[in-house]
Amino acid sequence: MVSPILELKNINKSFGHVHANKNINLTINKGTIHGIIGENGAGKSTLMSIVYGLYQADSGKILVNEKEIKLRSPRDSIENGIGMVHQHFMLVENFTVLENIILGFEGELIFGKNLDKAKSDLKKLCESYKLNIDLDSVISDLSVGIRQRIEILKSLYRGAEVFILDEPTGVLTPQEVDELFKILRSLKEEGKTIVLITHKLNEIMDLTSEVSVMRQGEVVGHTNTSNTDKEKLAEMMVGRSVLLRINKSEAKKGDVVFSVRDLVVKDDLNVTRVKKISLDIHAGEILGLAGVTGNGQTELLEALSGIRKVESGEIYLFDEKISDQDNYLNPRDLKEKGLAHIPEDRQRMGLVTEFKAHENLIFGYHHQEPYSKSSILQEKEIMSFSKKVMEEYDVRPTSPNLITSNFSGGNQQKIILSRELNENPKVLLIGQPTRGVDIGAIEFIHQRLIDMRDKGAAILLVSVELEEVLSLSDRIVVMFDGNIVGEKINKDVTDRDLGLLMAGVA
Amino acid sequence: MSSVVDKSKVPWWVSNLIVPIVNLILALLVSALFIFIAGENPIEAVKLIIYGSFGYIEGFAYTLYYTTNFIFTGLAFAVAFHCRLFNIGGEGQAYIGGLGVYFAAIHFSFLPVPIVWILAIAGAIVFGGAWAFIPAYLQAKRGSHVVITTIMFNFIASSLMIYLLVDVIRDTNQMGPHTIAVAKELWFPTFKEFGELIGIKVRYSPLNLSFLLAIAASVFVWFLVWRTKWGYEMRAVGHNTQAAIYAGISPYKNIIIAMVISGGLAGLLAINEVLGVHHKIVSGFPAGYGFTGIAVALMGRNHPIGIFPAALLFGILYQGGSEVTFDMPNISRYMFVAVQGVIILFSGALENLFRPQVESFFVNKLNIRKKG
Amino acid sequence: MEIFADLASLLNSTLRISTPLIFAAMAGLFAERSGVIDFSLEGKMLTAAFVAAVGSYYFGSPWLGLILAIIACVSLSMLHGFASVTHKGDQVVSCVAINILMIGLTTALAAAWFGQAGLTPTLTDEQRFLEITFPFADAIRSIPIIGFIYSDILSGHYIFVYLAYISVPIVFWIVFKTSFGLRLRAVGENPSAVDSAGINVFAMRYKALMINGVLIAFAGAHLSTAVNANFFREMSAGRGYLALAALIFGKWHPKTALIACLLFGFTDALQIRLQGVELPAIGTIPVQLIQAIPYVLTVVLLAGFVGKAIGPRAIGQPYIKER
Repeated sequence: MVSPILELKNINKSFGHVHANKNINLTINKGTIHGIIGENGAGKSTLMSIVYGLYQADSGKILVNEKEIKLRSPRDSIENGIGMVHQHFMLVENFTVLENIILGFEGELIFGKNLDKAKSDLKKLCESYKLNIDLDSVISDLSVGIRQRIEILKSLYRGAEVFILDEPTGVLTPQEVDELFKILRSLKEEGKTIVLITHKLNEIMDLTSEVSVMRQGEVVGHTNTSNTDKEKLAEMMVGRSVLLRINKSEAKKGDVVFSVRDLVVKDDLNVTRVKKISLDIHAGEILGLAGVTGNGQTELLEALSGIRKVESGEIYLFDEKISDQDNYLNPRDLKEKGLAHIPEDRQRMGLVTEFKAHENLIFGYHHQEPYSKSSILQEKEIMSFSKKVMEEYDVRPTSPNLITSNFSGGNQQKIILSRELNENPKVLLIGQPTRGVDIGAIEFIHQRLIDMRDKGAAILLVSVELEEVLSLSDRIVVMFDGNIVGEKINKDVTDRDLGLLMAGVA
Repeated sequence: MSSVVDKSKVPWWVSNLIVPIVNLILALLVSALFIFIAGENPIEAVKLIIYGSFGYIEGFAYTLYYTTNFIFTGLAFAVAFHCRLFNIGGEGQAYIGGLGVYFAAIHFSFLPVPIVWILAIAGAIVFGGAWAFIPAYLQAKRGSHVVITTIMFNFIASSLMIYLLVDVIRDTNQMGPHTIAVAKELWFPTFKEFGELIGIKVRYSPLNLSFLLAIAASVFVWFLVWRTKWGYEMRAVGHNTQAAIYAGISPYKNIIIAMVISGGLAGLLAINEVLGVHHKIVSGFPAGYGFTGIAVALMGRNHPIGIFPAALLFGILYQGGSEVTFDMPNISRYMFVAVQGVIILFSGALENLFRPQVESFFVNKLNIRKKG
Repeated sequence: MEIFADLASLLNSTLRISTPLIFAAMAGLFAERSGVIDFSLEGKMLTAAFVAAVGSYYFGSPWLGLILAIIACVSLSMLHGFASVTHKGDQVVSCVAINILMIGLTTALAAAWFGQAGLTPTLTDEQRFLEITFPFADAIRSIPIIGFIYSDILSGHYIFVYLAYISVPIVFWIVFKTSFGLRLRAVGENPSAVDSAGINVFAMRYKALMINGVLIAFAGAHLSTAVNANFFREMSAGRGYLALAALIFGKWHPKTALIACLLFGFTDALQIRLQGVELPAIGTIPVQLIQAIPYVLTVVLLAGFVGKAIGPRAIGQPYIKER
């Protein structure tokens, strides 16, 4: 007997003018593992945050066990049996496992009887679900795989009947993934319901019995997993949206000017994100790096641009080694050698939003002539340069004196673009160039990149937007889980091919 | 809760002029309450303040003398603040700056007067900057919070200077802990002497040439922070350290530069006090001016254009305040320290308390005007 | 026996001098563990000293003075919370404002109400806390070692001294052995984790600030109604900052912070003892330089020459809910 345990009816949520969830209708049946698949920006995480009470929906209803409920905070969701394992773990680093689990549910003011009871209850839970966790160990000593199990145990302890997991395998090793799946299956045997949010198709096919596909804020499909296959799902995931294919001529490929050998890079939490990558980029070509966010692209870009050190491996620019495990050149040196970097996160890294436009237009080049002579900023040169470039790149409004935070996302991106491209770099690293940028600007930016390529620049384009990668690249590589899983010349490559690779299917 | 205002529609004069004025008015209202609690009439106090500070020419001269000090310490705090550093050490840096002035004026007094003055100014800057260097280094390298270290250095400076004044560089012919006097030729010309030159008769006041030095320092700071590569880098590090690293700017280098320049500016206070007023190092000459500088900088939004009127306001409060303390025995000069605290509170910590209401009021008013 | 007398007096002084530091450090611990910077311990200590002295004078009871001091400090902590937690203002600026405000206001009101450049009236014995002698202290004194400890070091202190040392295990117990303490520490490390467990982050921070206000009041009351018999201007003399340094050095843990406070107290006691004394080889160190020792020590500790201190992870960052 299949009965719905969680129903979402006409859920809408907007953040400013971004409509993250559009009229979502979703039914999760009890005792199933239900997958929600979609690309970046599809709205999956927002939806689940609403279910967990972290955000409030603008309109719509949520029903648990066919009764409508109001979810004003995580407390309400928890009390209704909803538990969530977030993508970024909600754990206190220097607490023990036990302390993290009982936080907020201690049951007593002074630790005493309840603490012992909690401990024995937790031990029992661990045994029944084979979770193998040492309750007295400190979080900072534990691997990512164990941390995730702790999050699951947390939800179990709080009496969850529905477990929502948001991109759970992004940080796990293959063995840890297997163990996680075992745990999820045993939870299901016990009658629990699992909602699995992921962009990885094999997980959907392996684990779930039902799957919903989301794209650009809407649910675009729902089916029983047994009635579908990866290709069909990939097609629904990437969709047949308006193609923004640019007209471009054949690339005139030159020599290899930028090369990466066996690169291994770790992130700030010491997790290996780039797992031995090798790449070559030729002058006069655009190498597109496709992949869903979180597969190591960010760390790769940071290593290539001199912001992050590498664990092992080497990076070469024009046959000169610019980075290895002992040393690396910093961004200023790299700029002087003809390498420019347009970062993925423009507000956090690429701009100082409190600066005026003309100040951001010389950011990183401010110490050079003609912007600076004997350390004095040359106002006239900077202003005339700014006006010229802002007109050339159609930055609106064309006011060099306007504070950068007042420009739209697209215009901010054009400011960064104009700044970096104006230096005529021979190698350009660019991440998510059109994120948050309106259609008109997208076309403009794309054309500029093609122009750079035609002038002989080597461009590495990292993007989660398949359309963009297909439209601009001469060659495409796909990154999945820290590895390059496919390389294709961009002739007759389809969305579906790339979608499969991006979702981890060989 | 007021409605969210589109930030780009708010005219600059509302956010940078009206809101600070509203905050100032609130602070002054609270201060009036304090005066009332102390048992005096706030309105009478205000009248005395106005009279004392510009009711007669020497009073105004005194006001400008205080303003001079506040410009120096205000600029000092502002420069460091642009790099997101809270330099609370202005007192100590000014005090140690006095040593630089002393060495130049006493040990190099055989050189021509203008050269000695330049050496004295350089000495004040170097010694003041050096006193800020260690806290700067500790912040950059070890992450030790600059607020605590600079306050500690204030105490250390106090102990050190008292020791020096009592035991080492004391004027042994006199009773008090102070140095021997600087030669008369080296004294900065006062306003009284300037008056004599152009034919007006004024009584003595401590206003001297340092006032022009303060104006010059303001221009220098404006130029440094907004017109040079160093100022540009400092501001980038202060706003967004991550982005600064992306742009190849070194946070470490800029923290040190900002603090040392800040300390140097505070040191210039010693020129005013030593060359212009007392003509010797007197124990405790920084007299709280360093702390007032914080209020001046925050009120003036850390820009020389704002710092000048803020410094003037505090000059009025100090000079007018001394008139008040003279005539109203219940009000001590510490009341004006409290006023400073309230101003910092409303201009700094609570600066956004009424910002949404004020901004939306003006945006609506201007919109209505456009429609109607 | 000279040495014993010296040692006794040194240790005795250490216990007394450390007292306000301990209360202040414990106060700072609560605020900072919850993620709120508190540099305003100095201003609050001074406020408590003033209010306690004036309160004791007017109402004739030091206990009432203490209660008024607590009310005053809690109000200041709430003000700091209002500016920092609710209005997400700059926490350091808020602290600096409170310090300067109270340095000014306490002396200004003392001068206005009592004349004489900021001194409050001297309290009579009924209006202040007196030293407490342990029972049979005189008799026990002659017993070797036990007498020395009991009668010369432990007995004869003001009540605040004993309260300070008792407070440390109590604070330890609250912070590490209760659910309140667990949530407090969690809020300072990872407010999102606390939020996702359905606990109100802002309420936790306000509660922490309230406790902070109570504890710092004890420090100030000790200064003006126990050790001294009045308030005089700027009497806290930087103790609030020393306590903060002790807290940082003690890695925000009550036991180690206590040790740091004792170290400061000992240094100060030693400094007083060393004034005018001829040391072998060095000669007499000038008084003023000796007086600077606690402040120099603070800088040395903060420079992390004795180990780098990592504070609560989320300290100083206002918590913003929507990502």
